[in-house]
Amino acid sequence: MSASPIALPGVVAVNTFREAVRDRVLYNLIFFALMMIAAAILVGQISIGIEHLVIINLGLSAISLFGLIMAIFIGVGLVYKEMEKRTLYSLLAKPVRRWQFLVGKYAGLLLTLIVNTSFMTLGLLAALLYVGHGHFGGPTIPILVAVYFILLELALVTALALFFSCFSSPMLSTLFTLGIYITGVFAQDIRDFGEVTGKSGLGAMTRVIYYFLPNFHNFNAIAAASHGDPIPVPLIAQNTLYAFLYVTVILLASATVFSRRNLK
Amino acid sequence: MTNPSQNRLLWTTVFALPVLFVCLALLQKNIDARTRSASNQQEELLLRSPSVMKKLSLGYDPLLADIYWTRAIQYYGARVGIPGSQFDLLWPLLDFTTTLDPRFLTAYRFGAIFLEEYPPVGAGRSDLAIELVKRGIAANPDEWHLNSDLGFLYYWRLQDYQKSAAAYLEGSKNPKAPPWLKMMAARVASKGGSVETSRMIWSEIYQSTKDSNVRKAALENLRGLKAQDDEAHLDELAENYKSRFGHYPFSTRDLRDAGLLPGIPVDPDGLPYLIGSDGHTRLDPRSTVKIPSVMAIQPR
Amino acid sequence: MSAPAIEISGLTKDYPSGFWRKRMRRSLDDLSLQVEDGEVFGFLGPNGAGKTTTLKLLMGLIFPTSGTARIRGRSIDDVAMHRDIGYLPEQPYFYDYLTARELLDYYARFFGYSAGERRERVERFLDRVGLASTAHIQLRKFSKGMLQRAGIAQAILHDPQVIFLDEPMSGLDPVGRREVRDIILELKEQGRTVFFSTHILSDAEMLCDRVAVLVGGKLQGVGSPNELVSMQVTGMEILFELPEGCALPSVLTGRAARAGTRYRIEVPEVELYKALDLLRDSEARILSVQPLRPTLEDFFFGLVNREKSANHATEVETR
Repeated sequence: MSASPIALPGVVAVNTFREAVRDRVLYNLIFFALMMIAAAILVGQISIGIEHLVIINLGLSAISLFGLIMAIFIGVGLVYKEMEKRTLYSLLAKPVRRWQFLVGKYAGLLLTLIVNTSFMTLGLLAALLYVGHGHFGGPTIPILVAVYFILLELALVTALALFFSCFSSPMLSTLFTLGIYITGVFAQDIRDFGEVTGKSGLGAMTRVIYYFLPNFHNFNAIAAASHGDPIPVPLIAQNTLYAFLYVTVILLASATVFSRRNLK
Repeated sequence: MTNPSQNRLLWTTVFALPVLFVCLALLQKNIDARTRSASNQQEELLLRSPSVMKKLSLGYDPLLADIYWTRAIQYYGARVGIPGSQFDLLWPLLDFTTTLDPRFLTAYRFGAIFLEEYPPVGAGRSDLAIELVKRGIAANPDEWHLNSDLGFLYYWRLQDYQKSAAAYLEGSKNPKAPPWLKMMAARVASKGGSVETSRMIWSEIYQSTKDSNVRKAALENLRGLKAQDDEAHLDELAENYKSRFGHYPFSTRDLRDAGLLPGIPVDPDGLPYLIGSDGHTRLDPRSTVKIPSVMAIQPR
Repeated sequence: MSAPAIEISGLTKDYPSGFWRKRMRRSLDDLSLQVEDGEVFGFLGPNGAGKTTTLKLLMGLIFPTSGTARIRGRSIDDVAMHRDIGYLPEQPYFYDYLTARELLDYYARFFGYSAGERRERVERFLDRVGLASTAHIQLRKFSKGMLQRAGIAQAILHDPQVIFLDEPMSGLDPVGRREVRDIILELKEQGRTVFFSTHILSDAEMLCDRVAVLVGGKLQGVGSPNELVSMQVTGMEILFELPEGCALPSVLTGRAARAGTRYRIEVPEVELYKALDLLRDSEARILSVQPLRPTLEDFFFGLVNREKSANHATEVETR
């Protein structure tokens, strides 16, 4: 008898997903998001002619926001909770490596986010159909690509939350993760600011920060989706690769930190 | 004490991380290039109302103003000079900047110039430019620069010399204002529209600003004005030539040979002026000098 | 002879302590011992002695400052080693949103069984620990005793050769404790090695082939309970009754403990008959005469006191 070493993260992932599903927090968020989209329909009544635009903007923003909340809220407890509650004691006594456990927890939360986002996207499309009287009112591919980009963004945020979860309390982890996220959203502005001020030292420093930080602004395609502009396929490939590489960086760092951690 | 698998992981990470970060930086460069080159670069404002933004800003107004200002510069820089550029978002970005920080003087100056300039240099909306500067004056009554900018706007694009003179005059009332404002008021009132007056105004703008974009625009206009002046002068000489020789000169060489010019005059780009068969001087087609379009309307 | 089941060599663990975390607190000091295949081995010591630290080191939950350990010939660094071991943590806590069955099924998946074999094992061990009827209930609703049983089940469902139990009896009622004792004996019968830590000395005396005593992070002694505690008789205990109105012989007064009309005294062996004569003269009714042997508990407290006095440098009153 032997377990394939690739399978073990999957085992942990399924269990993590199951935990999230049995945790009623998940259902509340979906409910909230659906409520938001319903509200969008009402707003559409007030501003005639641009209901389509408003619903997509509002809906995608809600999907992104609630996904973010979930990714951080659950992510910062992924490892911390198991250490705190000592459920890790019996788990690590099994023939499983610590990195397999980490990857499994990550994949489990990611799976949860994918499922959750999918439901919310269906709600968004339903709202569009409703407002468009049976038509979507524009191309849907950009919307789906925008959702995909949101998922890439969430994959990155989850990885960050997981990393901090390995060594810091949920409150601090939330601050750090949120801080990096906001900085990453405004990374371009920070870099431009450094260039505009003219001082060469500052410009160089902001440039370095720019390339080092995760650039979340890459993944914002909400405007393109609401205007129905096609998103070039090479960009989709590049963003995917970017997310994949960065997540790898974070998971490697997490595994290294966690492999040395003495559990209390 | 560490065990082998811990060490393995550490060394893998230590070596992999720099490599991965380099890949990420290269990838980011690519992504940036791609999103910039998109012909309709998407810039979207999260909110449409600056006053709502001010309420939501939770007191971080100046910081947000900085962000919007930086965005405005970036937005402008990505579009200036590219044929077919539209500057629809320049006004809202400056609107946001100045609503969040009414004392952002640089924004008013920038807006004054680049909202009135026609595409592809600016938005071509002098009405918005005037509104912006007026708002600036209301919030900063002590800043005579803004009065001077208002005077410039009325003078340059709208050619309303009365209002322009009034603006300069208003600015000159400030005890801190230099004496040339009063002089400018008088000049505009009496000699509005002349090349000389225009030159003075743009020279002042050029000297008083540190913004590279504004300086560039001022320089362009000054070059254009010089060319305008030269052309007017050469046209006169051409008429002179015709009255002497019975036909217009074919080129400036003829004028020189006739003793009317000491040498071959060149435009600010270094290219010689051409004289048409109708006696009108014009620029060499290869020249990058642009006669300001407002001046082109001026009667000779 | 195959390698010892457990081989610990110079295992030491320091923790940073103090406000700036500069000082080192040594919670385990140079522990070396060997446990043979098929032994039931008790790990004794007061709270804070380092027992749980030792187990956490062996499980790879924390990392040694120095020293090594091998289990069935494999280093504790080796993840494959975990295939052969089972572990019940102290006061176990499991995923409370899972049922007992789901928990065992989850852990079983780490061993690569086929679906059928996994199902069969889960049911068999649920039954073995007496959780068959409550296997569908979420663990958040389990009592301490039930959690302990679930813990044992997850420790042994993969038929490990060496089983580590940290305070397996804690929090259990007498019925539960007997059940755990039975399981330990059953494991021993199956030829497995059981290493358990406890501070209930009577359990250790009853179950263990050998014990080790840990006090203040240091190993104080290893051996069978009988080895550690000599067979020497230290004295004789006499229980007697005095009828109303009769006085205790004066020479015995200071040494008798009294409860109602019953008395108890301890006398050195050589003085037994002298004491009995005195009592007969007092018309006492003898209830019992027993030789006293030191128990593990005495040995234990002797060690603890010795350690304390070594730390406090005060004189210990000896009997």
